[in-house]
Amino acid sequence: MSISALIVLIYVLVLASYLGFELISKVPPTLHTPLMSGSNAISGITIVGALIASNELGYSTLSKWLGLVALVLATINVVGGYVVTDRMLKMFKKK
Amino acid sequence: MTIGIEIAYLIASVLFIIGIKYLGKTKDARRGNVISAVGMVIAIAATLFTLEVLTLLEIGIAILVGSAIGLYYAQKVAMTKIPEMVALFNGFGGLASFAVALSDYYFKRDTDLALLDAINLTSIIVSVLIGAVTFTGSMVAFLKLDGKVSGQPITFKGQHLLNLLLLIVFFAASVLVFLDPSQGYYILILVVISLVLGILTVIPIGGADMPVVISLLNSYSGMAACATGFILSNNVLIVAGSLVGASGIILTQIMCKAMNRSLVNVLLGGFGQTVAAGGADGPAVVVKEIGVEETAMLFDSASSVIVVPGYGMAVAQAQHVIRELMEQCEKRNINFRFAIHPVAGRMPGHMNVLLAEANISYDKLIEMDDINEDFSNTDLVFVVGANDVVNPAARTNPQSPIFGMPILNADKARTVIVSKRSMGKGYAGVENELFGYPNCLMLFGDAKQTITKVVSEMKDMA
Repeated sequence: MSISALIVLIYVLVLASYLGFELISKVPPTLHTPLMSGSNAISGITIVGALIASNELGYSTLSKWLGLVALVLATINVVGGYVVTDRMLKMFKKK
Repeated sequence: MTIGIEIAYLIASVLFIIGIKYLGKTKDARRGNVISAVGMVIAIAATLFTLEVLTLLEIGIAILVGSAIGLYYAQKVAMTKIPEMVALFNGFGGLASFAVALSDYYFKRDTDLALLDAINLTSIIVSVLIGAVTFTGSMVAFLKLDGKVSGQPITFKGQHLLNLLLLIVFFAASVLVFLDPSQGYYILILVVISLVLGILTVIPIGGADMPVVISLLNSYSGMAACATGFILSNNVLIVAGSLVGASGIILTQIMCKAMNRSLVNVLLGGFGQTVAAGGADGPAVVVKEIGVEETAMLFDSASSVIVVPGYGMAVAQAQHVIRELMEQCEKRNINFRFAIHPVAGRMPGHMNVLLAEANISYDKLIEMDDINEDFSNTDLVFVVGANDVVNPAARTNPQSPIFGMPILNADKARTVIVSKRSMGKGYAGVENELFGYPNCLMLFGDAKQTITKVVSEMKDMA
């Protein structure tokens, strides 16, 4: 990877982190548990990397197996995270 | 084709950001979660387009298995057990990230060694370290929360020295990886050390500090995804990972502040051991008891009530009968609210979820800073399953281990009733001065049973 490509990635990291701090400090404490389970789901974004890693042909390589393990785990995070967050948020009602 | 995928990743990143923005308002939050999920679907679909058709079957099976497990767990889990679930999922996130990092390392080593340049190797090493620490650390946190491992801090002599030593070996092995990237063993050394470090960092931390730990591990799981984004030069991983990383750090800070502890102090662990000694030499507290009937009468004659719920309330499954109590009070036009301490429950915001599950309107749940002024004009405070968060020693007694911790000023109310199973100590193992105060009355017994009786007394009065 070239240095300039790295710099672009660092830009993305810095700006996204700053945006994250701004947005998340506005989330009311009432919603901190759904925020955490929701971020479990978002960190399941590794699923994208896992898909790429699982894409090797043949089963002989270690790479592929690691990719498939990652794929199962990341999918659990994505599906479980979003579903349980929805389950919780559904309960927050105002009368 | 590739430009299409890049655009899809960009859209996914924007949807994650909008999803989190919507979490800022309780009424929009559910929509925000859906928006975020749509972003995830777009990112996954775009990636699927790049794949070989021949591998789709096995990928499909892996996704199906993961979805089934995730769906089952998410629908089955009890709301009291959400902290365990979050801890477990943090661990899965960490393991997935470092498995991807390893996979990428072996792939490049076996195809084109030149791809493993300094930037790439650094990203892989960082990803392995954060991912593996997140994984084993989260597993220990999960076992502690679940009661499979004692919540007591586990410390031993030379613990910090051992950690330091492991870090040095880790650094040395990293240098070896740089010198000869073709040697797969060096990477394995890094993996093993990171896994051990994860265990060692969490075992000295006591059960009461688990809210801090799972918030921190939540942040790590995001950072691990971020590091993996650097390996794959993938922006959507970096954006999503950063959002999660930022979220975990903010929650960690809030938890530390609410317990008046520094993060370093929490991580060094051992809290709860010195405390037990400090509590023993205090004078024995003389308490006044109250019965169910008198309690019902006090509720009946009050015009304002604040309930202070703690995790003990959830353990006794008393939240539903408290809602009935609320209904009885509201029939009498009593102003009935809940005061929520930031560390009530076992993770940030846990108490709000438990009360929402019992169908209590969220505008009745008031944060500590917004309600603390109101205690002095309140007729009756009802403390259920909470202890340390209402201990005035945090304000008055510099000798107390919890001195300086922000608390709910329940003691300032005209009358305080504490529902408690017995005269046990709180999580921090400290004697509660409040119980001996002249305006404090103890309602002993199982919270669910006693409150049920109070409610039926109140129904008879009406």
